Amino acid sequence: MYDPTVARLTYRALLGRRRALILGALPLLLLVIAAVVRALAGADDQTAVNVLGGFALATMVPIIGVIAGTGAIGPEIDDGSVVYLLSKPLKRPTIIFTKLIVAIAVTMVFSAVPTLLAGLILNGNGQQVAVAYTVAALVASIAYAALFLLLGTVSRHAVVFGLVYALVWEALFGSLVPGARTLSVQQWSLAVAHKVADGDMVTSDVALPTATVLLVMVTVLATWYAGQKLRSLTLAGEE
Amino acid sequence: MAVEHSAAPPSGDQTRIHNIGYRSYDGPRLGRAYARRSLYSQSLRGAYGLGRSVKSKVLPMLLFVVMCVPAAIMVAVAVATKAKDLPIAYTDYALIMQAVISLYVASQAPQSVSRDLRFKTVPLYFSRPIETADYVRAKYAALASALFILTAAPLLVLYVGALLAKLDFADQTKGFAQGFVSVALLSLLFAGIGLVIAAVTPRRGFGIAAVIAVLTISYGAVSTLQAIADARNNTGAIPWIGLFSPVTLIDGVQTAFLGATSSTPGGVGPTNGEGIVYVLAVLGLIATSYGLLVRRYKKVGL
Repeated sequence: MYDPTVARLTYRALLGRRRALILGALPLLLLVIAAVVRALAGADDQTAVNVLGGFALATMVPIIGVIAGTGAIGPEIDDGSVVYLLSKPLKRPTIIFTKLIVAIAVTMVFSAVPTLLAGLILNGNGQQVAVAYTVAALVASIAYAALFLLLGTVSRHAVVFGLVYALVWEALFGSLVPGARTLSVQQWSLAVAHKVADGDMVTSDVALPTATVLLVMVTVLATWYAGQKLRSLTLAGEE
Repeated sequence: MAVEHSAAPPSGDQTRIHNIGYRSYDGPRLGRAYARRSLYSQSLRGAYGLGRSVKSKVLPMLLFVVMCVPAAIMVAVAVATKAKDLPIAYTDYALIMQAVISLYVASQAPQSVSRDLRFKTVPLYFSRPIETADYVRAKYAALASALFILTAAPLLVLYVGALLAKLDFADQTKGFAQGFVSVALLSLLFAGIGLVIAAVTPRRGFGIAAVIAVLTISYGAVSTLQAIADARNNTGAIPWIGLFSPVTLIDGVQTAFLGATSSTPGGVGPTNGEGIVYVLAVLGLIATSYGLLVRRYKKVGL
Protein backbone atom coordinates (compact mmCIF):
# COMPACT_ATOMS: atom_id res chain seq x y z
CA MET A 1 0.00 0.00 0.00
CA TYR A 2 2.96 2.37 0.40
CA ASP A 3 5.36 3.07 -2.42
CA PRO A 4 8.62 4.81 -1.45
CA THR A 5 9.29 6.16 -4.95
CA VAL A 6 5.90 7.85 -5.22
CA ALA A 7 6.42 9.22 -1.73
CA ARG A 8 9.81 10.64 -2.66
CA LEU A 9 8.41 12.30 -5.78
CA THR A 10 5.51 13.78 -3.82
CA TYR A 11 7.80 15.14 -1.13
CA ARG A 12 9.88 16.81 -3.79
CA ALA A 13 6.79 18.26 -5.48
CA LEU A 14 5.58 19.67 -2.17
CA LEU A 15 8.79 20.89 -0.60
CA GLY A 16 11.19 21.23 -3.51
CA ARG A 17 12.78 24.54 -4.47
CA ARG A 18 11.19 27.49 -2.73
CA ARG A 19 7.89 25.85 -1.84
CA ALA A 20 9.04 24.81 1.63
CA LEU A 21 9.60 28.51 2.30
CA ILE A 22 5.98 29.36 1.41
CA LEU A 23 4.79 26.58 3.70
CA GLY A 24 7.20 27.69 6.41
CA ALA A 25 6.08 31.34 6.37
CA LEU A 26 2.75 30.68 8.10
CA PRO A 27 4.12 28.73 11.08
CA LEU A 28 6.81 31.39 11.44
CA LEU A 29 4.12 34.08 11.57
CA LEU A 30 2.29 32.10 14.28
CA LEU A 31 5.45 31.95 16.37
CA VAL A 32 6.07 35.69 15.90
CA ILE A 33 2.50 36.49 16.93
CA ALA A 34 2.82 34.20 19.95
CA ALA A 35 6.01 35.98 20.99
CA VAL A 36 4.47 39.46 20.51
CA VAL A 37 1.32 38.49 22.42
CA ARG A 38 3.37 37.06 25.26
CA ALA A 39 5.40 40.28 25.40
CA LEU A 40 2.27 42.48 25.29
CA ALA A 41 -0.11 40.52 27.46
CA GLY A 42 2.01 38.16 29.55
CA ALA A 43 1.16 34.50 30.15
CA ASP A 44 -2.60 34.10 30.20
CA ASP A 45 -4.56 30.90 29.54
CA GLN A 46 -7.54 32.62 27.90
CA THR A 47 -5.28 34.59 25.53
CA ALA A 48 -3.47 31.38 24.64
CA VAL A 49 -6.79 29.71 23.83
CA ASN A 50 -7.84 32.70 21.71
CA VAL A 51 -4.64 32.79 19.68
CA LEU A 52 -4.31 29.02 19.26
CA GLY A 53 -8.00 28.49 18.53
CA GLY A 54 -8.61 31.59 16.44
CA PHE A 55 -5.41 31.72 14.46
CA ALA A 56 -3.60 28.36 14.61
CA LEU A 57 -6.47 25.88 14.38
CA ALA A 58 -9.03 28.01 12.51
CA THR A 59 -6.75 29.56 9.88
CA MET A 60 -3.28 28.06 9.73
CA VAL A 61 -4.07 24.34 9.84
CA PRO A 62 -6.72 24.45 7.06
CA ILE A 63 -4.53 26.56 4.78
CA ILE A 64 -1.51 24.28 5.24
CA GLY A 65 -3.89 21.36 4.70
CA VAL A 66 -5.14 22.90 1.44
CA ILE A 67 -1.62 23.53 0.16
CA ALA A 68 -0.32 20.07 1.10
CA GLY A 69 -3.46 18.09 0.24
CA THR A 70 -4.17 19.58 -3.17
CA GLY A 71 -0.48 20.16 -3.90
CA ALA A 72 0.21 16.43 -3.52
CA ILE A 73 -1.80 15.59 -6.64
CA GLY A 74 -3.35 18.72 -8.20
CA PRO A 75 -0.39 20.12 -10.17
CA GLU A 76 0.39 16.70 -11.65
CA ILE A 77 -3.16 16.30 -12.95
CA ASP A 78 -3.13 19.92 -14.07
CA ASP A 79 -0.05 19.63 -16.28
CA GLY A 80 -0.82 16.07 -17.40
CA SER A 81 2.36 14.50 -16.04
CA VAL A 82 0.21 12.23 -13.87
CA VAL A 83 -0.14 9.84 -16.85
CA TYR A 84 3.50 8.79 -16.44
CA LEU A 85 2.75 7.86 -12.85
CA LEU A 86 -0.52 6.10 -13.71
CA SER A 87 1.11 4.07 -16.49
CA LYS A 88 3.40 2.37 -13.95
CA PRO A 89 2.32 -1.03 -12.59
CA LEU A 90 1.01 0.44 -9.36
CA LYS A 91 -2.50 0.21 -8.03
CA ARG A 92 -4.27 3.59 -8.14
CA PRO A 93 -5.40 3.31 -4.50
CA THR A 94 -1.74 2.70 -3.60
CA ILE A 95 -0.78 5.96 -5.28
CA ILE A 96 -3.53 7.83 -3.43
CA PHE A 97 -2.65 6.20 -0.10
CA THR A 98 1.03 7.07 -0.48
CA LYS A 99 0.24 10.65 -1.43
CA LEU A 100 -2.15 10.86 1.52
CA ILE A 101 0.56 9.71 3.94
CA VAL A 102 2.93 12.34 2.56
CA ALA A 103 0.28 15.08 2.69
CA ILE A 104 -0.59 14.16 6.29
CA ALA A 105 3.06 14.14 7.30
CA VAL A 106 3.72 17.53 5.72
CA THR A 107 0.58 19.07 7.25
CA MET A 108 1.43 17.68 10.68
CA VAL A 109 5.02 18.92 10.61
CA PHE A 110 4.09 22.41 9.42
CA SER A 111 1.01 22.84 11.63
CA ALA A 112 1.19 20.73 14.79
CA VAL A 113 4.82 21.43 15.66
CA PRO A 114 4.48 25.24 15.46
CA THR A 115 1.18 25.00 17.37
CA LEU A 116 2.95 23.21 20.21
CA LEU A 117 5.82 25.72 20.18
CA ALA A 118 3.41 28.68 20.08
CA GLY A 119 1.45 27.16 22.97
CA LEU A 120 4.63 26.79 24.99
CA ILE A 121 5.62 30.38 24.24
CA LEU A 122 2.14 31.70 25.11
CA ASN A 123 1.57 30.09 28.48
CA GLY A 124 4.06 27.28 29.00
CA ASN A 125 1.41 24.59 28.51
CA GLY A 126 -0.72 25.80 31.43
CA GLN A 127 -3.87 23.65 31.82
CA GLN A 128 -2.56 21.45 29.00
CA VAL A 129 -3.73 24.08 26.47
CA ALA A 130 -0.68 23.72 24.20
CA VAL A 131 -0.87 19.93 24.13
CA ALA A 132 -4.64 19.96 23.57
CA TYR A 133 -4.35 22.22 20.53
CA THR A 134 -1.41 20.20 19.23
CA VAL A 135 -3.52 17.04 19.39
CA ALA A 136 -6.36 18.90 17.66
CA ALA A 137 -3.95 20.05 14.94
CA LEU A 138 -2.69 16.48 14.47
CA VAL A 139 -6.20 15.06 14.18
CA ALA A 140 -7.32 17.88 11.90
CA SER A 141 -4.24 17.37 9.69
CA ILE A 142 -5.36 13.82 8.87
CA ALA A 143 -8.92 14.79 7.97
CA TYR A 144 -7.94 17.94 6.04
CA ALA A 145 -5.25 16.13 4.05
CA ALA A 146 -7.68 13.35 3.05
CA LEU A 147 -10.46 15.83 2.21
CA PHE A 148 -8.32 18.16 0.12
CA LEU A 149 -6.52 15.30 -1.62
CA LEU A 150 -9.95 14.16 -2.78
CA LEU A 151 -10.74 17.70 -3.95
CA GLY A 152 -7.46 17.69 -5.88
CA THR A 153 -8.57 14.64 -7.86
CA VAL A 154 -12.12 15.91 -8.41
CA SER A 155 -11.67 19.50 -9.53
CA ARG A 156 -9.15 21.66 -11.30
CA HIS A 157 -10.03 24.50 -8.98
CA ALA A 158 -9.36 22.43 -5.88
CA VAL A 159 -7.44 25.17 -4.09
CA VAL A 160 -10.28 27.68 -4.44
CA PHE A 161 -12.90 25.21 -3.26
CA GLY A 162 -10.66 24.08 -0.41
CA LEU A 163 -10.20 27.68 0.70
CA VAL A 164 -13.93 28.38 0.37
CA TYR A 165 -14.61 25.42 2.65
CA ALA A 166 -11.90 26.32 5.13
CA LEU A 167 -12.51 30.06 5.34
CA VAL A 168 -16.13 30.63 4.34
CA TRP A 169 -17.86 27.47 5.58
CA GLU A 170 -15.94 26.86 8.78
CA ALA A 171 -15.26 30.47 9.76
CA LEU A 172 -18.23 32.42 8.43
CA PHE A 173 -21.14 29.96 8.40
CA GLY A 174 -19.76 28.25 11.50
CA SER A 175 -20.17 31.51 13.42
CA LEU A 176 -23.62 32.31 11.97
CA VAL A 177 -25.42 28.97 11.55
CA PRO A 178 -25.03 26.59 14.51
CA GLY A 179 -25.84 23.57 12.32
CA ALA A 180 -22.81 24.18 10.12
CA ARG A 181 -20.59 23.66 13.13
CA THR A 182 -21.47 19.98 13.43
CA LEU A 183 -20.16 19.51 9.91
CA SER A 184 -16.74 21.04 10.38
CA VAL A 185 -13.40 19.34 10.77
CA GLN A 186 -12.32 22.10 13.10
CA GLN A 187 -15.09 21.34 15.61
CA TRP A 188 -14.43 17.60 15.46
CA SER A 189 -10.78 18.12 16.28
CA LEU A 190 -11.77 20.54 19.05
CA ALA A 191 -13.88 17.75 20.55
CA VAL A 192 -10.73 15.65 20.78
CA ALA A 193 -8.82 18.62 22.24
CA HIS A 194 -11.54 19.12 24.84
CA LYS A 195 -10.79 15.62 26.15
CA VAL A 196 -7.08 16.39 26.47
CA ALA A 197 -7.27 19.87 28.05
CA ASP A 198 -7.95 20.43 31.73
CA GLY A 199 -11.25 22.02 32.65
CA ASP A 200 -13.39 23.89 30.13
CA MET A 201 -10.76 26.01 28.43
CA VAL A 202 -11.29 24.27 25.10
CA THR A 203 -14.90 23.70 24.06
CA SER A 204 -16.53 22.07 21.08
CA ASP A 205 -20.10 21.87 19.76
CA VAL A 206 -19.76 18.17 18.96
CA ALA A 207 -19.57 15.28 21.41
CA LEU A 208 -16.42 13.17 21.33
CA PRO A 209 -17.95 9.89 20.05
CA THR A 210 -19.76 11.66 17.19
CA ALA A 211 -16.61 13.60 16.35
CA THR A 212 -14.44 10.47 16.27
CA VAL A 213 -16.88 8.56 14.08
CA LEU A 214 -17.23 11.50 11.69
CA LEU A 215 -13.47 12.06 11.52
CA VAL A 216 -12.73 8.42 10.71
CA MET A 217 -15.60 8.25 8.24
CA VAL A 218 -14.58 11.40 6.35
CA THR A 219 -10.95 10.30 6.15
CA VAL A 220 -11.68 6.75 4.97
CA LEU A 221 -14.44 7.73 2.55
CA ALA A 222 -12.43 10.59 1.04
CA THR A 223 -9.40 8.35 0.51
CA TRP A 224 -11.48 5.54 -0.98
CA TYR A 225 -13.34 7.88 -3.31
CA ALA A 226 -10.11 9.60 -4.38
CA GLY A 227 -8.75 6.17 -5.34
CA GLN A 228 -11.91 5.46 -7.36
CA LYS A 229 -11.67 8.89 -8.99
CA LEU A 230 -8.07 8.24 -9.99
CA ARG A 231 -9.03 4.86 -11.49
CA SER A 232 -11.34 6.54 -13.96
CA LEU A 233 -9.37 9.73 -14.46
CA THR A 234 -9.76 11.46 -17.80
CA LEU A 235 -7.24 14.08 -18.73
CA ALA A 236 -8.93 17.21 -19.96
CA GLY A 237 -7.13 19.75 -22.08
CA GLU A 238 -6.18 23.15 -20.76
CA GLU A 239 -9.21 25.41 -20.67
CA MET B 1 18.04 36.93 -62.81
CA ALA B 2 21.33 38.60 -63.44
CA VAL B 3 22.96 37.60 -60.18
CA GLU B 4 22.26 33.93 -60.68
CA HIS B 5 23.77 33.93 -64.15
CA SER B 6 26.91 35.85 -63.27
CA ALA B 7 27.83 33.54 -60.37
CA ALA B 8 28.07 30.29 -62.28
CA PRO B 9 26.96 27.40 -60.04
CA PRO B 10 29.38 24.51 -59.54
CA SER B 11 28.71 21.73 -62.02
CA GLY B 12 26.25 19.09 -60.81
CA ASP B 13 24.55 21.38 -58.25
CA GLN B 14 21.20 22.49 -59.62
CA THR B 15 19.98 24.34 -56.50
CA ARG B 16 18.05 27.46 -57.18
CA ILE B 17 15.92 29.90 -55.23
CA HIS B 18 12.51 30.42 -56.75
CA ASN B 19 10.38 33.41 -56.10
CA ILE B 20 7.09 31.79 -55.09
CA GLY B 21 5.22 35.03 -54.60
CA TYR B 22 5.24 35.81 -50.89
CA ARG B 23 4.21 39.38 -50.31
CA SER B 24 5.33 41.54 -47.48
CA TYR B 25 2.69 43.23 -45.31
CA ASP B 26 2.11 46.82 -46.30
CA GLY B 27 -1.14 47.53 -44.46
CA PRO B 28 -1.41 49.84 -41.45
CA ARG B 29 0.67 48.88 -38.39
CA LEU B 30 -1.35 49.50 -35.25
CA GLY B 31 1.64 49.79 -32.98
CA ARG B 32 2.43 49.66 -29.33
CA ALA B 33 -0.54 51.50 -27.87
CA TYR B 34 -2.95 49.25 -29.75
CA ALA B 35 -1.19 46.10 -28.54
CA ARG B 36 -1.28 47.38 -24.98
CA ARG B 37 -4.98 48.22 -25.25
CA SER B 38 -5.74 44.76 -26.62
CA LEU B 39 -3.82 43.07 -23.83
CA TYR B 40 -5.71 45.22 -21.31
CA SER B 41 -9.15 44.45 -22.70
CA GLN B 42 -8.42 40.73 -23.11
CA SER B 43 -7.11 40.49 -19.55
CA LEU B 44 -10.12 42.39 -18.22
CA ARG B 45 -12.50 40.10 -20.09
CA GLY B 46 -10.51 37.09 -18.92
CA ALA B 47 -10.87 38.19 -15.29
CA TYR B 48 -14.63 37.58 -15.62
CA GLY B 49 -14.20 34.47 -17.77
CA LEU B 50 -15.51 36.16 -20.93
CA GLY B 51 -13.98 34.56 -23.99
CA ARG B 52 -12.97 31.53 -21.94
CA SER B 53 -14.70 28.24 -21.24
CA VAL B 54 -18.01 28.04 -19.37
CA LYS B 55 -16.27 26.42 -16.42
CA SER B 56 -13.98 29.39 -15.90
CA LYS B 57 -16.94 31.80 -16.00
CA VAL B 58 -18.58 30.12 -13.00
CA LEU B 59 -16.34 31.32 -10.19
CA PRO B 60 -15.89 35.04 -11.09
CA MET B 61 -19.58 35.44 -11.95
CA LEU B 62 -20.61 33.65 -8.77
CA LEU B 63 -18.40 35.92 -6.67
CA PHE B 64 -19.82 38.98 -8.48
CA VAL B 65 -23.37 37.87 -7.68
CA VAL B 66 -22.48 37.11 -4.05
CA MET B 67 -20.99 40.60 -3.86
CA CYS B 68 -24.11 42.34 -5.20
CA VAL B 69 -26.97 40.34 -3.64
CA PRO B 70 -26.58 41.67 -0.05
CA ALA B 71 -26.64 45.23 -1.43
CA ALA B 72 -29.85 44.49 -3.31
CA ILE B 73 -31.41 42.97 -0.18
CA MET B 74 -30.43 46.02 1.91
CA VAL B 75 -31.98 48.32 -0.66
CA ALA B 76 -35.15 46.24 -0.74
CA VAL B 77 -35.39 46.36 3.06
CA ALA B 78 -34.73 50.11 3.12
CA VAL B 79 -37.44 50.75 0.52
CA ALA B 80 -39.96 48.41 2.15
CA THR B 81 -39.52 49.75 5.68
CA LYS B 82 -39.25 53.39 4.51
CA ALA B 83 -36.02 53.74 6.50
CA LYS B 84 -34.36 57.13 6.97
CA ASP B 85 -30.92 55.75 6.09
CA LEU B 86 -29.28 52.69 4.55
CA PRO B 87 -28.50 49.89 7.02
CA ILE B 88 -24.73 50.29 6.46
CA ALA B 89 -22.37 53.01 5.30
CA TYR B 90 -20.98 52.90 1.74
CA THR B 91 -17.43 52.68 3.08
CA ASP B 92 -18.21 49.66 5.28
CA TYR B 93 -19.50 47.46 2.48
CA ALA B 94 -16.15 46.38 1.00
CA LEU B 95 -14.75 45.64 4.46
CA ILE B 96 -17.71 43.42 5.36
CA MET B 97 -17.36 41.54 2.06
CA GLN B 98 -13.57 41.30 2.26
CA ALA B 99 -13.59 37.48 2.17
CA VAL B 100 -15.30 37.56 -1.25
CA ILE B 101 -12.90 40.21 -2.56
CA SER B 102 -9.89 38.24 -1.32
CA LEU B 103 -11.17 35.07 -2.98
CA TYR B 104 -11.69 36.97 -6.22
CA VAL B 105 -8.15 38.39 -6.21
CA ALA B 106 -6.72 35.02 -5.24
CA SER B 107 -8.50 33.19 -8.05
CA GLN B 108 -8.04 35.77 -10.82
CA ALA B 109 -4.54 37.17 -10.22
CA PRO B 110 -2.83 33.79 -10.89
CA GLN B 111 -5.22 33.20 -13.78
CA SER B 112 -3.99 36.45 -15.30
CA VAL B 113 -0.23 35.96 -15.03
CA SER B 114 0.72 32.44 -13.87
CA ARG B 115 -0.39 30.70 -17.05
CA ASP B 116 1.67 33.00 -19.26
CA LEU B 117 4.68 32.04 -17.15
CA ARG B 118 3.95 28.33 -17.06
CA PHE B 119 3.35 27.90 -20.78
CA LYS B 120 6.24 30.23 -21.55
CA THR B 121 4.12 32.59 -23.63
CA VAL B 122 5.65 35.73 -22.11
CA PRO B 123 8.50 35.88 -24.69
CA LEU B 124 5.82 35.78 -27.40
CA TYR B 125 4.26 38.96 -25.99
CA PHE B 126 7.64 40.64 -25.99
CA SER B 127 8.25 39.72 -29.61
CA ARG B 128 5.40 42.16 -30.36
CA PRO B 129 6.06 45.89 -30.18
CA ILE B 130 5.21 46.04 -26.46
CA GLU B 131 7.77 46.54 -23.73
CA THR B 132 7.99 45.04 -20.24
CA ALA B 133 6.35 48.10 -18.71
CA ASP B 134 3.45 47.87 -21.18
CA TYR B 135 2.74 44.26 -20.24
CA VAL B 136 2.86 45.04 -16.53
CA ARG B 137 0.72 48.17 -16.92
CA ALA B 138 -1.88 46.35 -19.00
CA LYS B 139 -2.15 43.43 -16.57
CA TYR B 140 -2.15 45.67 -13.50
CA ALA B 141 -4.76 47.99 -14.96
CA ALA B 142 -6.91 45.06 -16.06
CA LEU B 143 -6.97 43.37 -12.65
CA ALA B 144 -7.48 46.68 -10.84
CA SER B 145 -10.40 47.51 -13.17
CA ALA B 146 -11.90 44.05 -12.67
CA LEU B 147 -11.68 44.50 -8.89
CA PHE B 148 -13.11 48.00 -9.17
CA ILE B 149 -16.09 46.63 -11.09
CA LEU B 150 -16.53 43.97 -8.41
CA THR B 151 -16.39 46.42 -5.51
CA ALA B 152 -18.09 49.46 -7.07
CA ALA B 153 -21.09 47.61 -8.54
CA PRO B 154 -22.73 46.91 -5.13
CA LEU B 155 -22.11 50.54 -4.11
CA LEU B 156 -23.91 51.62 -7.27
CA VAL B 157 -26.79 49.29 -6.38
CA LEU B 158 -26.94 50.85 -2.91
CA TYR B 159 -26.80 54.41 -4.30
CA VAL B 160 -29.48 53.91 -6.94
CA GLY B 161 -31.64 52.12 -4.36
CA ALA B 162 -31.12 54.93 -1.87
CA LEU B 163 -32.23 57.52 -4.44
CA LEU B 164 -35.26 55.41 -5.35
CA ALA B 165 -36.14 55.21 -1.65
CA LYS B 166 -36.03 59.05 -1.63
CA LEU B 167 -33.26 59.30 0.95
CA ASP B 168 -31.44 62.63 1.29
CA PHE B 169 -29.70 63.26 -2.06
CA ALA B 170 -26.72 65.34 -0.87
CA ASP B 171 -26.01 63.02 2.02
CA GLN B 172 -26.15 59.86 -0.11
CA THR B 173 -24.03 61.36 -2.90
CA LYS B 174 -21.35 62.35 -0.42
CA GLY B 175 -21.28 58.85 1.10
CA PHE B 176 -21.26 57.26 -2.33
CA ALA B 177 -18.34 59.39 -3.50
CA GLN B 178 -16.37 58.53 -0.35
CA GLY B 179 -17.06 54.82 -0.85
CA PHE B 180 -16.07 55.14 -4.50
CA VAL B 181 -12.65 56.61 -3.66
CA SER B 182 -12.10 53.98 -0.99
CA VAL B 183 -12.85 51.01 -3.27
CA ALA B 184 -10.67 52.53 -6.01
CA LEU B 185 -7.74 52.58 -3.58
CA LEU B 186 -8.62 49.07 -2.40
CA SER B 187 -8.71 47.76 -5.98
CA LEU B 188 -5.30 49.21 -6.80
CA LEU B 189 -3.78 47.90 -3.58
CA PHE B 190 -5.23 44.38 -3.77
CA ALA B 191 -4.49 44.01 -7.48
CA GLY B 192 -0.87 45.01 -6.91
CA ILE B 193 -0.35 42.60 -4.02
CA GLY B 194 -2.13 39.76 -5.84
CA LEU B 195 -0.17 40.20 -9.05
CA VAL B 196 3.23 40.42 -7.34
CA ILE B 197 2.62 37.16 -5.51
CA ALA B 198 1.09 35.42 -8.52
CA ALA B 199 3.93 36.51 -10.82
CA VAL B 200 6.47 34.73 -8.62
CA THR B 201 5.08 31.23 -9.13
CA PRO B 202 4.11 29.53 -12.40
CA ARG B 203 1.89 27.13 -10.39
CA ARG B 204 -1.68 28.41 -10.20
CA GLY B 205 -2.51 26.48 -7.01
CA PHE B 206 0.39 27.86 -5.05
CA GLY B 207 -0.40 31.35 -6.30
CA ILE B 208 -4.00 31.16 -5.09
CA ALA B 209 -3.03 29.85 -1.66
CA ALA B 210 -0.25 32.42 -1.27
CA VAL B 211 -2.47 35.38 -2.18
CA ILE B 212 -5.25 34.29 0.17
CA ALA B 213 -2.72 33.63 2.92
CA VAL B 214 -1.23 37.12 2.62
CA LEU B 215 -4.61 38.87 2.49
CA THR B 216 -6.61 36.99 5.12
CA ILE B 217 -3.89 35.84 7.48
CA SER B 218 -2.29 39.25 7.79
CA TYR B 219 -5.77 40.58 8.61
CA GLY B 220 -6.36 37.80 11.15
CA ALA B 221 -2.99 38.38 12.76
CA VAL B 222 -3.40 42.16 12.88
CA SER B 223 -6.91 42.08 14.33
CA THR B 224 -5.84 39.53 16.96
CA LEU B 225 -3.03 41.83 18.05
CA GLN B 226 -5.34 44.87 17.97
CA ALA B 227 -7.91 43.05 20.11
CA ILE B 228 -5.23 42.24 22.66
CA ALA B 229 -3.91 45.81 22.62
CA ASP B 230 -7.49 47.03 23.11
CA ALA B 231 -8.04 44.64 26.02
CA ARG B 232 -4.83 45.93 27.64
CA ASN B 233 -6.11 49.52 27.17
CA ASN B 234 -3.10 50.21 24.99
CA THR B 235 -5.22 52.15 22.45
CA GLY B 236 -2.29 54.20 21.16
CA ALA B 237 -0.75 51.09 19.60
CA ILE B 238 -3.87 50.02 17.66
CA PRO B 239 -3.45 52.36 14.65
CA TRP B 240 0.21 51.45 14.31
CA ILE B 241 -0.51 47.69 14.29
CA GLY B 242 -3.12 48.34 11.59
CA LEU B 243 -0.38 49.34 9.14
CA PHE B 244 0.55 45.70 8.65
CA SER B 245 -2.41 44.33 6.72
CA PRO B 246 -4.01 45.56 3.47
CA VAL B 247 -7.58 45.50 4.81
CA THR B 248 -6.81 47.51 7.94
CA LEU B 249 -4.75 49.93 5.81
CA ILE B 250 -7.81 50.75 3.72
CA ASP B 251 -9.90 50.90 6.89
CA GLY B 252 -7.45 53.41 8.37
CA VAL B 253 -7.38 55.62 5.27
CA GLN B 254 -11.15 55.85 5.05
CA THR B 255 -11.52 56.39 8.79
CA ALA B 256 -9.06 59.29 8.71
CA PHE B 257 -10.15 61.03 5.52
CA LEU B 258 -13.34 59.52 4.10
CA GLY B 259 -15.68 59.83 7.05
CA ALA B 260 -15.92 56.12 7.85
CA THR B 261 -16.12 54.62 11.32
CA SER B 262 -13.28 52.24 11.98
CA SER B 263 -14.09 48.54 12.25
CA THR B 264 -11.00 47.78 14.33
CA PRO B 265 -11.51 46.34 17.82
CA GLY B 266 -12.51 49.19 20.10
CA GLY B 267 -13.33 51.35 17.09
CA VAL B 268 -10.11 53.32 17.45
CA GLY B 269 -9.16 54.76 14.06
CA PRO B 270 -6.05 56.73 13.15
CA THR B 271 -6.06 60.50 13.67
CA ASN B 272 -5.38 62.81 10.74
CA GLY B 273 -1.63 62.77 11.35
CA GLU B 274 -1.53 58.97 11.49
CA GLY B 275 -3.90 58.91 8.52
CA ILE B 276 -1.21 60.57 6.38
CA VAL B 277 1.12 57.70 7.28
CA TYR B 278 -1.64 55.31 6.19
CA VAL B 279 -2.11 57.07 2.84
CA LEU B 280 1.65 57.09 2.29
CA ALA B 281 1.80 53.39 3.14
CA VAL B 282 -0.98 52.56 0.66
CA LEU B 283 0.57 54.62 -2.13
CA GLY B 284 4.01 53.23 -1.29
CA LEU B 285 2.70 49.66 -1.46
CA ILE B 286 1.04 50.31 -4.84
CA ALA B 287 4.23 51.85 -6.24
CA THR B 288 6.37 49.05 -4.77
CA SER B 289 4.24 46.31 -6.28
CA TYR B 290 4.38 48.04 -9.68
CA GLY B 291 8.16 48.32 -9.37
CA LEU B 292 8.51 44.69 -8.30
CA LEU B 293 6.40 43.53 -11.25
CA VAL B 294 8.49 45.50 -13.73
CA ARG B 295 11.64 44.06 -12.16
CA ARG B 296 10.21 40.54 -12.32
CA TYR B 297 9.35 40.82 -16.01
CA LYS B 298 12.70 42.37 -16.96
CA LYS B 299 14.27 38.93 -16.65
CA VAL B 300 11.42 36.60 -17.44
CA GLY B 301 11.67 33.95 -20.14
CA LEU B 302 14.75 35.34 -21.84
